Amino acid sequence: MATSSIDLALNRLRETRAWKSIFRRGPARTNRTRSLAIFGNIFLHLMPVKVREQSLRARATYYLGSFSFLLFLLLTVTGILLMLYYHPAVPQAYLDMKDLRFVVSNGVFLRNLHRVGAHAMVIAVFWHMFHVFYRGGYRPPHEFNWVVGVVLMLLTLFLSYTGYLLPWDQLAFWAITVGTNIISAEPVLGHDVRFLLLGGNLVGENALLRFYVLHCVILPLVAAMFIAVHFWRIQKDGGLTLRDDHEREGHERQD
Amino acid sequence: MSDKTNYEAGFGSNALKDPQRVVFITPKTSAKVKGDVGKKVMSYPNLLLREAIALEVMVIALVILSLFWDAPLEQLANPLLTPNPAKAPWYFLGLQELLHYFPPVVAGILIPALVIMALVFIPYFNVNIKGEPFWAANRTRRFLIFLVITASLLLFLVIFEAWSVIAPTVAIAILAFVSYFARVGGPRPAEFLRTRPISWWVMTWFIAVAVTLTLVGTFFRGPGWSWVWPWR
Ligand code: HEM
Repeated sequence: MATSSIDLALNRLRETRAWKSIFRRGPARTNRTRSLAIFGNIFLHLMPVKVREQSLRARATYYLGSFSFLLFLLLTVTGILLMLYYHPAVPQAYLDMKDLRFVVSNGVFLRNLHRVGAHAMVIAVFWHMFHVFYRGGYRPPHEFNWVVGVVLMLLTLFLSYTGYLLPWDQLAFWAITVGTNIISAEPVLGHDVRFLLLGGNLVGENALLRFYVLHCVILPLVAAMFIAVHFWRIQKDGGLTLRDDHEREGHERQD
Repeated sequence: MSDKTNYEAGFGSNALKDPQRVVFITPKTSAKVKGDVGKKVMSYPNLLLREAIALEVMVIALVILSLFWDAPLEQLANPLLTPNPAKAPWYFLGLQELLHYFPPVVAGILIPALVIMALVFIPYFNVNIKGEPFWAANRTRRFLIFLVITASLLLFLVIFEAWSVIAPTVAIAILAFVSYFARVGGPRPAEFLRTRPISWWVMTWFIAVAVTLTLVGTFFRGPGWSWVWPWR
């Protein structure tokens, strides 16, 4: 494979002491070093060292879980950049939105990317869930990972919802007012839960600050932990579910 | 497995105690004991490469979208000025549409709680692990049960005049009804429906209702949650 000059340069780089000290291995030319590339890396070791060819096919997953995760990463990066221009205060939050539009270079683009990404993540996560369901991916031994997935779905919705308030415009304010009013319909704890979430009886400064902390700190951290468990469990549960019918049979014919 | 015996061959765990390594495992146990299937390849580079391509495709698509679509920004929040209608984010508009028909405790608390509980617990009941078609056995009895449940559900929905739930429910019920009469080896769509398990029907009904409610709530609801046409 190593024919182009870029490959040659990369391979030379991978032979250096610095590279080896960082990645704990040289170039991955053998299956042993390719395995090391996965399980010798703290991030990649959540993945399996080997995967079934059938599961790599687009039809098996449409890479919807991967897209969900990649969107989470993209939202983290664009979100951190947005945090540099944002104050969770009334009415400064709204003025910051104006600044993003009229003052900050590429501010509109940054905000658009975060917003489009957020919508896309909600869609990707739901689609992933339905796709997994139709393939029977919730069946034993994957049932607990399905539950982890349900938690991830709720976290995704809650992440998106807390972010919705942050621009502090009419759209944000009334969407959160409508939504949190539903919580108080719960007869026993409804009002208390709403009070806890908003830091008061109305959507105001306290609510903005709480939603900001939830959106930028607590929920992303919790989601990251659940995503880690989710990936690790896929590996421990023996890889993705194959459809009983043609995918298994198709393989038997090959052997 | 073509024969209808009640056990399948698998691997024993204790090689000292069971040197012949034969155990009998009844059906409905973990799918893993069936042994591994499928050729495996190294994750590095096969999986990593595909993830990298997915990332690039995604970023390109989102950048293009962000160049042509602007995130909305309305007037400064004003608690004294209620917009009509005040709408939640789109993924909650299905719930808001339900609130239009049912009391808040039912639409806002009970139904979402039941849906989430169903999602969490159903995988633990191991019903119909093999995904047998719903119409495969006890056909007449199941058909009657299906008719009774559908009729009572529709009656309940009609009492509450929940039209945007009724429409998708009727559509799915018609498909299920037709699939009961489909013959073996019919045209492909009929054959597909005929062989669906119960889980497929329930989930498809759920998705149809959720999508309809969300679309109606997003595009067809105006002042006072009245019906509007989006193109008017
Ligand atoms: C932030 C959200 C999520 C992320 C990042 C994520 C990521 C992934 C990834 C990368 C996979 C590997 C296969 C694939 O791409 O489909 C996967 C599999 C799986 N996911 Fe998710 N997921 C998320 C949400 C969910 C939800 C909401 C559910 C269901 C309620 C779920 C249930 C599962 C299950 C059961 C599998 C194993 C499928 C099988 O065995 O075939 N996940 N997930």
